Amino acid sequence: MSFLTLENVSHHYFSKNDYTKALQDISFSVKEGEFIALLGPSGCGKSTILSIVSGIMKHTSGKVLLNNKPVEKSKRDIGYMLQQDYLFPWQTILDNVLIGPTIQKNVDEEIKVEAKKLLNEVGLNDVENQYPSSLSGGMRQRVALVRTLITKPKILLLDEPFSALDYQTKLMLEDLVFQLLHAYKKTAILVTHDIGEAIAMSDRIIVMRANPGTIAKTFEVPIELRNEMPFLVRRHPKYQAIFDKVWEELNKNEEQKA
Amino acid sequence: MLDKEDQQLLNMHMQKLKRERKIVVIWQIFILIGFFGLWELASRMNWLDPLIFSSPSRVYNLLLEKFSDGTILTHTWVTLIETLLGFIIGTLLGIILATLLWSSTRFSKILDPYLVILNAMPKVALGPIIIVALGPGYVSIISMGAIISVIITTIVVYTGFREVDPNYEKVLKSFGATRWQCFKSAVFPATLPVMISTLKVNVGLSWVGVIVGEFLVSKVGLGYLIVYGFQVFDFTLVMAALILIACIAAIMYKVVEKIEGWLIKHTT
Repeated sequence: MSFLTLENVSHHYFSKNDYTKALQDISFSVKEGEFIALLGPSGCGKSTILSIVSGIMKHTSGKVLLNNKPVEKSKRDIGYMLQQDYLFPWQTILDNVLIGPTIQKNVDEEIKVEAKKLLNEVGLNDVENQYPSSLSGGMRQRVALVRTLITKPKILLLDEPFSALDYQTKLMLEDLVFQLLHAYKKTAILVTHDIGEAIAMSDRIIVMRANPGTIAKTFEVPIELRNEMPFLVRRHPKYQAIFDKVWEELNKNEEQKA
Repeated sequence: MLDKEDQQLLNMHMQKLKRERKIVVIWQIFILIGFFGLWELASRMNWLDPLIFSSPSRVYNLLLEKFSDGTILTHTWVTLIETLLGFIIGTLLGIILATLLWSSTRFSKILDPYLVILNAMPKVALGPIIIVALGPGYVSIISMGAIISVIITTIVVYTGFREVDPNYEKVLKSFGATRWQCFKSAVFPATLPVMISTLKVNVGLSWVGVIVGEFLVSKVGLGYLIVYGFQVFDFTLVMAALILIACIAAIMYKVVEKIEGWLIKHTT
């Protein structure tokens, strides 16, 4: 059964006397527990899709259903992780993690314990009372991950969450996020422009085309790669073949533009 | 021993810093003494008309006399309270107005041209009208101290609100935050450094408002002393009031600076 469904979703950005069609007729669905990647060049509207799914932005036409309900009514089931951590510098790590529960007015001892447990789980011990400025980029992004997970979202939206990190940290965090999401059986949509990352982390890759943003092609990631850790996927014998296919599709899109 | 050498280098560096500090302080003292010395000399040698420019010794004697009979304390105290109140009211009102502007984009668009006019307008020109409207008294003077800083605070703080990275709001909205919650948890705290930096500007502005207010209407205060001294041609009194204003305004500025440092340390 499909968990999240987009049906003929279009979105326009309006400026003073012009408009851009950011998305046109986007339709796809995501099953519960599935991990999909949206891959494409910048400006293809992949981040716009996340903003629409998260209910922050209203699409101009089409239907977005989460659990058969319009997405605006199920904001609390969604966790959103941005390119940068956007931790509040004036709050401690623990307060930052608890920002979701604070907004939703259900902070209690139990959730504080849960927060500390999750922080330990992502490898951050004894940082609750520190401020974000004393943490490294990778650590901060882990805090952001915990902040997203603490409200127990049913679906996670990851908007290039690793792109601002150095390569080594990025690989380590990929493994960590993958492990956590599989352990908690979360549904997730990852937006990225990194082919390797898309293959390494997801079950299905939706390749997008820009101007206007449309779906070009969908690739199933081979079953052998799906349950491997992202770091190992990159060394798997089947990795290169799917990489080449996706690469070819992306290039085809580029050529059409040129 | 490498450690010892490092220690020595550090000592040398610290000595250099100390020497530099000393030179700066010596020059500062020199300028101060030089200024008053030259003033005294010029007055005694009649290079400057002593009737108009007075002299440090006369100002000093007058201040001593006025301090001992306590009259100057009342004047200082009144001006200080008026300035503080004007400063606090102006700043708070500015922040509240900025919040109102932020709460509705339409409202802020509508008010935009009026804010521009009010900001460009020299607020002290409103003095006579304020006095007529609010009566010749403390209320008018405090209003002058407040009105002079309120519009610029509104504009600066409102700009600060709008320059907060929208992604902070995005994070909060993804948890279902209302606009007011976004303001409370992200926009307002992120703008605190801007608000704090307006404090230093406002404290100077409030002095302008209050002194002009006292020029126009008052029976007491440092601004009153200046006008009174001018009217009876007692320029020693004018100079004494000026020196007091300079000292107190500088102390106030330093205090606000200290508060600013403390606020920044404890809020960011």
